[in-house]
Amino acid sequence: MRTFLSIIPWFCFPLLYLTCLWDAVWAEDRGNGKEENPPILRWAAATDSNVPFAFYNEKNELIGFEVDLIKAIAAEMGRKPIFVPNDWDGLIPGLGRGLYDLVICGIEITPEKEQEVAFSDPYYVTFEQYVNKKGSENIQSLEDLSGKTVGTLTQTAALAMLQRTPGVKVKIYTQEINAYKDVANGRIDGVLLDFPIAKYFAYPNPLLQFSGPQFGQLLYGIAMRKEDKALQQEVNAALRKVIQSGKIRDILSYWGLWTPTIAAAFGLPEEPSVPATGYDEFLTKYAEKPTFLDWIERYVNYGPLILQGTLVTLHVSILGMILAILLGFTLALIRVYGPEPLKWLVTLYVEIIRGTPLLVQLLFLFYGLPNIGIKLSPLLAGIIGLGLNYAAYEAENYRAGLLAIPRGQMEAAQALGMSQLQALYYVIIPQSFRLVLPPVTNDFISLLKDSSLVSMVTLLDLTGVYNRIATQTFDYFGTGIVIAVIYLLIGLPFVRLARSTEEKLAGAKKGQNKNFVLIPVATMGYLFNKRK
Amino acid sequence: MQTINGQNNPILCVNGLKKGYNQMEVLKGISFTVEEGDLVSIIGPSGCGKSTLLRCLNCLEILDEGEMEVAGVRISRRHSEPIPRNFSQLAHNLRQKVGMVFQQFNLFPHMTIRENVAIAPRVVLKLPEEEVQERARELLRKVGLEDRMEYYPSQLSGGQQQRAAIARALAMKPRLMLYDEPTSSLDPELVEEVLQVMRNLDAEGMTQIIVTHEMKFARDASDYIIFMDEGQIVEISDEDEIFLNPKDERTRKFLNRWIKE
Repeated sequence: MRTFLSIIPWFCFPLLYLTCLWDAVWAEDRGNGKEENPPILRWAAATDSNVPFAFYNEKNELIGFEVDLIKAIAAEMGRKPIFVPNDWDGLIPGLGRGLYDLVICGIEITPEKEQEVAFSDPYYVTFEQYVNKKGSENIQSLEDLSGKTVGTLTQTAALAMLQRTPGVKVKIYTQEINAYKDVANGRIDGVLLDFPIAKYFAYPNPLLQFSGPQFGQLLYGIAMRKEDKALQQEVNAALRKVIQSGKIRDILSYWGLWTPTIAAAFGLPEEPSVPATGYDEFLTKYAEKPTFLDWIERYVNYGPLILQGTLVTLHVSILGMILAILLGFTLALIRVYGPEPLKWLVTLYVEIIRGTPLLVQLLFLFYGLPNIGIKLSPLLAGIIGLGLNYAAYEAENYRAGLLAIPRGQMEAAQALGMSQLQALYYVIIPQSFRLVLPPVTNDFISLLKDSSLVSMVTLLDLTGVYNRIATQTFDYFGTGIVIAVIYLLIGLPFVRLARSTEEKLAGAKKGQNKNFVLIPVATMGYLFNKRK
Repeated sequence: MQTINGQNNPILCVNGLKKGYNQMEVLKGISFTVEEGDLVSIIGPSGCGKSTLLRCLNCLEILDEGEMEVAGVRISRRHSEPIPRNFSQLAHNLRQKVGMVFQQFNLFPHMTIRENVAIAPRVVLKLPEEEVQERARELLRKVGLEDRMEYYPSQLSGGQQQRAAIARALAMKPRLMLYDEPTSSLDPELVEEVLQVMRNLDAEGMTQIIVTHEMKFARDASDYIIFMDEGQIVEISDEDEIFLNPKDERTRKFLNRWIKE
């Protein structure tokens, strides 16, 4: 028992130290931009499934027309742009939470969204483009889509349009590439999405065709907090300069997105100013069929990223589990031996935690708590979220373990003059600890897998890395296998530990005849406590 | 208070002790005295309250009413009075001087026999480690387990386990030993080795109170016998007196089988 307890600090302190370090970097990183030189402009975008706005190329560099645009704007403002990744669904909450100053991610300016955030002037004007299978009928209006199944992405103007049109069956995708794939293979009739997306994914595809007129008018704006009026003015002034100098024409031409619509909106010449190199490079890359060697090379290039994700997953899981064990243990002791009102509170805690989804708890910790002034770093939110959640389950494990120890053990210890605390420490806890070792080990394996949810609070763990790589390479299959293997490898030692302890307990049970608890416990004691 | 001949040096006085669970009264006013060096057997039919009495004497249960003084620690409680505030402190003081041996041994299964004996002197008395180990070795020698010191309880026979449990209780150097049916869960051939340990302790002058069904042992070894029935002491008597000439009808009935022997 003592030898086991004494190894916990060896795990604990370096990891706690790392957490502090990480949080310090994080806190410094997001410090007030005004005081630094040059001042920092923190901007966010969702990079998964975000071509041609902001995405990673095969060299893991962030590129896209919005990346170039925000760099140009930041240069006009005299600020240094720093990119903060987030999920599409978390972009606006993260803005409110103060994780960054602005969001540029193809967000359409709509009256509903203006309730939540302040927008800059539009930096791009476009429309929704309907795409269907080559050779199928050309539609004239949205009403023609009645009775058809049409795909689109969540939280888009296209989705709102389709929902307003009677008779349309809407299918919502998270990856535009999958939506277009389903049109090509006939699963759905068509896809309605913003023109830039259609231009990149549908236009070059010989199986697909643009169909019908331009629908609606979309104005993309940069989102900021409503109270940041000064920033809004600053951004607008910079954007005006970028437009007037013709810089925006260069950027959009490079990405193949300079259209008559946008030219008219900004009062600039219709023809592109530079060749569409960015667009062409993307198409070349996209059309390439990677050989096996390319495939290997790609994962070697992604090695550092995968390693980083693995470390984050391990870090969050191990610290989360240590927190869960320590807290769960305390909760169990209170529940079995504590005074009445405390017992009641602990029971309430356990029931609430076990009755609500871990994801909700994580989102609440990360995005909810700042409302009452508690701002946790993503890493800390992940560790605390997993720790608090699993503590409830560990508490139940330990409670069962404590209750499995015969009452006579406590009585014998007390009869020897030990206080209740001494009896717990020397007699009850060491015995119950061995009983609960197999379930606790099993829980650690589940925790390891549940840690994938921390990717929802902007942490780039293994699952986050999976998403990142898959959306860059469009290879969910190969990447999935690589990531799954890493999860398996991490979990393997714990699976083995759980199995061997279970076997030892089971083996000890077979040979016994009298007391079904004491003998396995004694055997474990023999194995774990060979003192002198 | 019933008195026992002599009463020079009482180590235990119980007066009007009552104890009940919920509505059922288990002990209905128990009074007796035990002198230093006595070996007292408590006998009686199942459910007569003899185990509860023993547990009250060691504060594993708290008396509802009455008073008791055990090894200089006095605990008293009037009818429906709340539990005394200092009860746990008193219980702690009392247990330092009273050893208890259980029917199920209750040895700590995760420790060797030696550790079982050493733990209380180490963590309760906080003696230096050499002294702790010396005491453990000496006591295990005394109960004949010097060659089993590094065994775990599960590796020993019932008789050996119970002897180890006695050694563990003795490690606190108690003035009084309480035994709750110490041989009831033993195979018949293992009973004698445990009884022999108790006889040896008696010879050394240890005060012992034994709740037992071993009538022969009670008759042969006890200084006197307390017969209980339905939560009351029916008879306190010299050992031969109670077997040869029970005063009470209930005693006669209970002892019938052994009297015939």
